[in-house]
Amino acid sequence: MESTGTITVKRGLAQMLKGGVIMDVVTPEHAAIAQEAGAVAVMALERIPADIRAAGGVARMSAIELIRSIMDAVTIPVMAKVRIGHFAEAAVLQELGVDYIDESEVLTPADDKYHVDKHSFTTPFVCGARDLGEALRRIAEGAAMIRSKGEAGSGNIVEAVRHMRAIGDAIRELGVAPKEELVGRARELGAPYELVAQVAKDARLPVVLFCAGGVATPADAALMMHLGAEGIFVGSGIFKSKDPKRFARAIVDATTHYSDPKVVLEACRSLGGSEAMAGLDVRRLSEGELLAPRGN
Amino acid sequence: MAEPKVGVLALQGDVDEHLRALERAGAAPYAVKTPAEFERADALVVPGGESTTVMKLLERFGLDAPIVERVRGGMPLWGTCMGMIVAARDVADLDQPTLDLIDITVRRNAFGRQNQSAEVPLPIPALGASAFPAIFIRAPWIERCGPAVELLAKRDGRGVMVRERNVLATSFHPELTADQRVHRFFLAMVERFKAERFKGKNFTAA
Repeated sequence: MESTGTITVKRGLAQMLKGGVIMDVVTPEHAAIAQEAGAVAVMALERIPADIRAAGGVARMSAIELIRSIMDAVTIPVMAKVRIGHFAEAAVLQELGVDYIDESEVLTPADDKYHVDKHSFTTPFVCGARDLGEALRRIAEGAAMIRSKGEAGSGNIVEAVRHMRAIGDAIRELGVAPKEELVGRARELGAPYELVAQVAKDARLPVVLFCAGGVATPADAALMMHLGAEGIFVGSGIFKSKDPKRFARAIVDATTHYSDPKVVLEACRSLGGSEAMAGLDVRRLSEGELLAPRGN
Repeated sequence: MAEPKVGVLALQGDVDEHLRALERAGAAPYAVKTPAEFERADALVVPGGESTTVMKLLERFGLDAPIVERVRGGMPLWGTCMGMIVAARDVADLDQPTLDLIDITVRRNAFGRQNQSAEVPLPIPALGASAFPAIFIRAPWIERCGPAVELLAKRDGRGVMVRERNVLATSFHPELTADQRVHRFFLAMVERFKAERFKGKNFTAA
């Protein structure tokens, strides 16, 4: 009679998060600050991406005790990350009862060829994408939500802009493509024909699309909403800033009212003189330091 | 009578889904983010989303007081899931602010976390014999109903759909299905409200 883990309820939770901000947190105290600022969900992890980047080595799923303590600290949904392809880590998080699993390039990939078969899980997954083909491959594997990859922990919005524009442009192109081209387009995109035909018809992804990777200021969040993001992930941007409480609230306000410059101005002004996180020029990162090319 | 102007609170949540469903059901819906936009509404839908987030945004952007004033004055309001929590008198075991527009106590995430989110064929006698395809996502249930509250549907013995005069609340998400019955049920409430208000005006004029 009752069906759990259906595509509708998996995609549905992401629909409930639209227009909101999902914040990376590494302690229950951070999680409480995020919730108080108006976050719609938190991503529980041991280290924020900027610190993962700095620490080097292998980044894995976070300690269960830590994730559990964050789940106990807030009433909003809690997400947690697994390594690309690591279905055993994902099974552990499902058993723990997190609300969403992020199969994330921010952690060190466990499988350099394949992603998790996400259809076989009750817990929904969010995955990163740089373009439409990558997004549709993840959806074909069962992802119930997509986020741009951007370049996590960089404090630089340029990669997220590139990815959101690439996804948006490709959707608009499909929207005007004659039907007889769709098989060829599917081959070019490396994605199943049925999904390509659905995107062409609906002029949008079949799942919710958030922005992630490089958001550091309220204006960054507003920019990404204008470019078609349905919500924002902020990783290092809040807890690497000088004043996390103010940054968290300002980014929430700017996301909600992204099309009203008065509110975005007020959000920027509310930061006073406090500084955003330091940023990296992604062009100066070596190939081995870039996170976005992981998984395709 | 012109189609009713139904505002959908658009601070956060599944706003587009409600806008599309209301349009299919014959209303003229639009998104409400500011007090000025709220002013021209005949009725308000509070969608699914995160109740802690939306309560904070309602206060920050000055929408809480006008909504309370007009709904207490008879304006129809429908809350789905998060919207039900926002409209409730209080929240069981949590010190969470609400707008207190319907005399119920709700329990948040009462059916469980996301792994327990479910599609359920739900009997709703007021909507006819066939079950409604109800989608529950980290859904609340109704723990206590005041004496004037009509209980319209139950799941596992727990209230999941209620009405008190001009306020309707559902734990589930009719906007995620093609079944229009709950949207039409709410629009019928809106029509009655408009008709009564029209009569009221004539009366004062005379």
